[in-house]
Amino acid sequence: MKHLLLVLLLSLQALAQAECLTRGTGDMGVIIERASGSLLVIDTSEHDALFRVTGLGDLSHASVVFSRDERYAYVFGRDGGLTQVDILCGLIVKRIIQGGNSIGGAISQDGKLVAVSNYKPGGVKVFSAADLSLVADIPATPFKDKRSKTVGLVDAPDQRFVFALYDTGETWILDMTDPGHPGITRFTDTGRLPYDGLITPDGRYYINGLFGEDGLALLDLWHPEKGVRRILDHYGKGEQQLPVYKMPHLEGWAIAGNRAFLPAVGHHEVLVVNTDDWKEAGRIPVHGQPVFVMARPDGRQLWVNFAFPNNDTVQVIDSETLKIIKTLKTGKGTLHMEFTPRGEEVWISVRDRDEIQIYDTRTLELKQRLKARKPSGIFFTNRAHKTGL
Amino acid sequence: MNLFRLTMLAAFALGISAVARANAGPDSQRQAEILYLLRHDCGSCHGMRLEGGLGPPLTPPALSRLSNEQIVATILYGRPGTPMPPWHPFLSPEEAHWLAGKLRQGATTR
Repeated sequence: MKHLLLVLLLSLQALAQAECLTRGTGDMGVIIERASGSLLVIDTSEHDALFRVTGLGDLSHASVVFSRDERYAYVFGRDGGLTQVDILCGLIVKRIIQGGNSIGGAISQDGKLVAVSNYKPGGVKVFSAADLSLVADIPATPFKDKRSKTVGLVDAPDQRFVFALYDTGETWILDMTDPGHPGITRFTDTGRLPYDGLITPDGRYYINGLFGEDGLALLDLWHPEKGVRRILDHYGKGEQQLPVYKMPHLEGWAIAGNRAFLPAVGHHEVLVVNTDDWKEAGRIPVHGQPVFVMARPDGRQLWVNFAFPNNDTVQVIDSETLKIIKTLKTGKGTLHMEFTPRGEEVWISVRDRDEIQIYDTRTLELKQRLKARKPSGIFFTNRAHKTGL
Repeated sequence: MNLFRLTMLAAFALGISAVARANAGPDSQRQAEILYLLRHDCGSCHGMRLEGGLGPPLTPPALSRLSNEQIVATILYGRPGTPMPPWHPFLSPEEAHWLAGKLRQGATTR
């Protein structure tokens, strides 16, 4: 009895002090709880939540990058908040409101700079990853009485960032080699209303999805002098585009062999692109308009979730045969998916059920459920070492 | 009073209450569903606090230059040329009117 009391006391004390963990972070991650402005720090080996960190503001659209030591998560919130969270201690290290309204961010190749893409005021701000002090402020091109919103911000090799300007249809390369003198390369008329961007895992190609016209805008970062060119510009031509109730996300670059897979905007299709010549190599009819098309790390399967009103389903596609091999009814508000580093599991957030569902990617069976409050984005620490994530 | 007249009266009374309900907008359960939709689905573009995102803010000052009819038409039929989709497959005109009123008062989505 005495022992039990002691144990109880000690564990209560541990809770109160939120003592820092002494462990590696390679099997950890965070889950955004969008409605409560909090995040869960989780352990992907134990399938358990370690901490809940609160006070992160409006996380209705949030994303996360990790420091290269995988200890700190930088959380980009809708309200312009940039928060550095220590995932070993479950504590906020520093939080600033850097803008009025932001959409996402990236961490530089050397891990020393964190860049944020802002809607209001439109532009990109770059901060020191160490203390979140401002390093550079890059206002976007004026548009009407404001500045263009910026989207699709990614890091690229050679200490660069790349992003697109939503209102003015531009792509910019931001060179931060000399932090005191940011270099900007502008590409104009690259496509109407770019809504998101992605970079290939090797850091060579940057691609913007376009809402305002057909096709995608492609920039070869090995040869920026060649400019931005349009690819797949026949896709969607002359076809009735369906209303889009949620914009697709291009964060996950799904590549298997020499084929890349992308969500088609306004169509119930996944686009297949040949990465040798960037020509369309097929289309896969799916359950709804895809939001995320993610490849299992080995490229063998594609997992796809969908926009409202079809956001209660996930489909799994065989990347070789392009056939749907499983349709899972995960529940309404299925918002995001994240693979464990080597892909034996995928974690799926189901907002309306307040839970995370963990699937075995070999058997395609549900292994476990984890409680989370209105979960959205799931981010595992192995992103720290991936270009563009 | 014969059975026929009684039935007619009852039907009339029911009809009135149906009209009254339509004018009052959606019932409380449906109101909660619409506010959930507003917060989570509209919120993915307009922000969960409706202060804007890819789409414009939907706060009372931001909406002050629009008439109720314009707001309702935007909700039901969308804005061609922009990402704003038509919501008429999911909201009736009465529900869109109720939602427009809510937005104008400063809809609390929390």
